[in-house]
Amino acid sequence: MSISASRRRTNALATTLCWTGTVFGLAWLVLILGALIYEGARGLTPAVFTEMTPPPGATGGLLNAIAGSLVMTTIGVLLGTPLGMLAGTYMAEYGRYSKLSMVVRFINDILLSAPSIVVGLFVYTVVVARVGHFSGIAGALALAVLVVPVVVRTTEDMLLLVPSPLREAAAALGLPRSHMLLRVAYRAAKSGIITGVLLAIARVSGETAPLLFTSLNNQFWSTDLNAPVSSLPVVIFQFALSPYKDWQQLAWTGALLVTLAVLLLSITARALSSQGKQQ
Amino acid sequence: MEAGFTRQTRDNSVSDLAIVEAPPRAAEVDRGKVLGRMALFDFFFHNLTRAAAVLVLLILGGVIFSLIYGSLPAIQAFGLGFLTTESWNPVTEKFGAVAPIYGTLVTSAIAMVIAVPLGLGIAIFLTELCPHALRRPIGVAIELLAGIPSIIYGIWGLFVLAPFLQQHVQPALISFTGDIPVLSSLFAGPPYGIGMLTAGFILAIMVLPFITSISRDVFDTVPPMLKEAASGIGCTTWEVMRYVVIPYTRVGVIGGVMLGLGRALGETMAVTFVIGNAHKVSSSLLAPGTTISATIANEFTEAVGDLYTSALIELGLILFVITFFVLAAARFMLMRIEQKSGA
Repeated sequence: MSISASRRRTNALATTLCWTGTVFGLAWLVLILGALIYEGARGLTPAVFTEMTPPPGATGGLLNAIAGSLVMTTIGVLLGTPLGMLAGTYMAEYGRYSKLSMVVRFINDILLSAPSIVVGLFVYTVVVARVGHFSGIAGALALAVLVVPVVVRTTEDMLLLVPSPLREAAAALGLPRSHMLLRVAYRAAKSGIITGVLLAIARVSGETAPLLFTSLNNQFWSTDLNAPVSSLPVVIFQFALSPYKDWQQLAWTGALLVTLAVLLLSITARALSSQGKQQ
Repeated sequence: MEAGFTRQTRDNSVSDLAIVEAPPRAAEVDRGKVLGRMALFDFFFHNLTRAAAVLVLLILGGVIFSLIYGSLPAIQAFGLGFLTTESWNPVTEKFGAVAPIYGTLVTSAIAMVIAVPLGLGIAIFLTELCPHALRRPIGVAIELLAGIPSIIYGIWGLFVLAPFLQQHVQPALISFTGDIPVLSSLFAGPPYGIGMLTAGFILAIMVLPFITSISRDVFDTVPPMLKEAASGIGCTTWEVMRYVVIPYTRVGVIGGVMLGLGRALGETMAVTFVIGNAHKVSSSLLAPGTTISATIANEFTEAVGDLYTSALIELGLILFVITFFVLAAARFMLMRIEQKSGA
């Protein structure tokens, strides 16, 4: 009797701890989002979207940083997505069991979680040190390197989910493999691949470390990608660590914008992928 | 032969309908040419995808090569002494990696101590205890923690968490552990708020979702019959987890933990905000310190002189080597559990 009582007590204790742990984990999400909204919403004025980042003491907004982030993220995604899709296609369709695929799969998984600051150093030594100055192009390249592994992974996973009878049916009609891929397999895997691209955008739009020494920062409006370009995460970094109250306020507002964008993207991606699974 | 067959069937269908005359065949394309073009495109597309796969490999090779190339001056100047020297003096150009390596390992260790039991607990909750309707929303909410960019953790840690720890938690820790021999030196000194403990704490929150979601996934690979058998002989929920599920999935769980560790080791922005950036090794967890990635993030753009830059790149190389092995081990273990569930 006492043995079973002690077992029951252990069980009750363990399950209570699991409950508490979950509440604890969820509490962090609420606390962080709460602080972001509380601190960030105060500074959310139209000026944020219409004015440039200010010198200390002056009023201003985040327009150049928002624009810089959008431009570099777009270029990074446009460069990284096709490369990632093609590599993922090779691994899922042409060389599913080849040595090359196995090595790429392994390396890609490492790249997926490798420290992003290392990617910044890589682009610095390859591009910035060569050219001699920081530039928006270098920043976009660093982001592209981070986009690739996410897209490779999802493309491969999604193509593997495409049922083989679809491929066989296409082959029986006499379609060559490339046409089967472009007309049948990609279409079947479309929502999954879009999910992967959205996740990749979400990942790189908050990245700071690789931009610190590739695109650096720029106080002014700049459309020249061959010059330093401002970006939201780097501005948040600089302004938050500054001693000026109005810079810190802008950093909070920028943080709120970045988080909203990132969470919106990842929730959309999730919704898309669960829709794809139900079909 | 094949072509003839196709044409014949088509002719038959036309004659069956017999309404319109068959269109003139003048525009009929040369079948051989089309097939040739298709074959050429097929060949082209196949090799294009293979080239892309090779390029992904080259990118990683490029990362390794560029880090080695960039750190050559520092390697030549300091040799292995780089790994054993604590001093970090840009003025005299004497650089040693002990403090950042120590900080990286200590903050990651703190993160793991907090996040592993918590992550496993949440995973157990999600697989065994949680009502079905809540499983998905809670799982998604925990995973959203992973989606929040690290700079957000940084700004939150600096302005919200660090002051809170400084005012409410750290003084209590210091006075509570004041008379206990080992702990008193771990929690010594003034409560700065920022420091290694705070950094480790933030890292714990950041890696929590990785550990949770991978543990949950590997818990799901346990055949239901095993769990049912254990319950059938009267095991409690905890005993099923402790003696069936966790032993069965041990390799996968360790893989997930290592994946979280890999993240914690390389995490940059969140740590940079709250670590304090002091190049020294101190026994107290409350003291400011630095990590490899925080040092690079803070000093790289201000580094003057090739040797300084090179020393920072060598730090990056060390970080990459450490995380590479941790992540490789993690992937290897996760691959094994995948094979197990697939078989």
